[in-house]
Amino acid sequence: MQEFAVILVSTILVNNFVLVQFLGLCPFMGVSSKLETAIGMAGATTFVLTLAAMSSYMVNSWILIPLNLEYLKTISFILVIAVVVQFTKMFIEKSSPLLYRVLGVFLPLITTNCAVLGVALQNTAKAHTLLESTLYGFGAALGFSLVLTLFAAMRERLAVADVPAPFKGAAIGMITAGLMSLAFMGFSGLV
Amino acid sequence: MYEIIAQNPLLAALTALVGLALIFGAVLGYAAIKFKVKGDPIVEQIDSLLPQTQCGQCGYPGCRPYAEAIANGDTINKCPPGGQTTINAIADLLDVEAPTLDEEHGVESDTKTVAYIREDECIGCTKCIQACPVDAILGAAKQMHTVIISECTGCDLCVEPCPVDCIDMLPVAKGLADWTWDMPASSEEQVKALRADIIATDKPGQRDGVDAA
Repeated sequence: MQEFAVILVSTILVNNFVLVQFLGLCPFMGVSSKLETAIGMAGATTFVLTLAAMSSYMVNSWILIPLNLEYLKTISFILVIAVVVQFTKMFIEKSSPLLYRVLGVFLPLITTNCAVLGVALQNTAKAHTLLESTLYGFGAALGFSLVLTLFAAMRERLAVADVPAPFKGAAIGMITAGLMSLAFMGFSGLV
Repeated sequence: MYEIIAQNPLLAALTALVGLALIFGAVLGYAAIKFKVKGDPIVEQIDSLLPQTQCGQCGYPGCRPYAEAIANGDTINKCPPGGQTTINAIADLLDVEAPTLDEEHGVESDTKTVAYIREDECIGCTKCIQACPVDAILGAAKQMHTVIISECTGCDLCVEPCPVDCIDMLPVAKGLADWTWDMPASSEEQVKALRADIIATDKPGQRDGVDAA
């Protein structure tokens, strides 16, 4: 039980995929201008990451390793992720048309979120079990959601703040992200 | 069979990837049927009921934004060009009570009108061209303007900006092409008014002596 807690704390705070490992920066900058969209994106990414981490573990250990095909894992994982994203897209389109319209092009772009592939590859590198892999993916997604939500809330305030003209828009966003990253470095050594 | 595949790395790789693709294809195919979005989204349906005058009298920039606002819970009685007919149709679609037209946004006119520019008075200021939501006014700066009647939706938006008041809203004359029979009388008063013309009726109580059954 304790190692599960360690995995969660490690992926959410200490080895946060966005702010410490710098994976998945595209949606982090792209969808964070509105809090509502950010929360929707966080939900969709959580779903995709968890499911993709689980299914890529299954593909890796049940198909690729028995056939000595480990060198195919990158391309198979990309296939897995694309399928999971497509599935999520259909699911959201059916269950919440509003969220589907708000997320727009960012929904299919979860496919190219390198955090998703990063989680799958790190799972094989760390030789996780099925449960650990799923939890690792879920923790990574929670960490992503946490920083995305925090960042979006900050950017909403930045949009109305008196920012010097050269720093307006994306520039102040980048600086804020950098400062957040510095803050998250304070968690290193926690586990 | 399995030995041949396992011993030949190229075959194994091909089989694994093709197999994966087949499995995922089946999953996605099933999901496509399971999560099929049925029919048009509600905004499309509301938008198709609105008159498409793009007049903005509802307070939204056009018919589609108003359709989106209705889908998000706005009241449905803000469309004067559509009038009560449109309100009833939308109420029917959304399964709500049909309210009467909100007077705040304008009144429903009985006759369809089109804009007419008195061309000898027009000074060519282009203000009405900018106001027209459907690009139905033709002209250029310092040239007289005119209205393309078939494009005009009769929304009145060009009347206000005209500095010389040379735009009239004229009722559309009925020609042979668009003449129709009058609608049948619907309200009680109209029926009573027409009663004098009725020669025979099979309504109970109207005929003497035969309504006992």
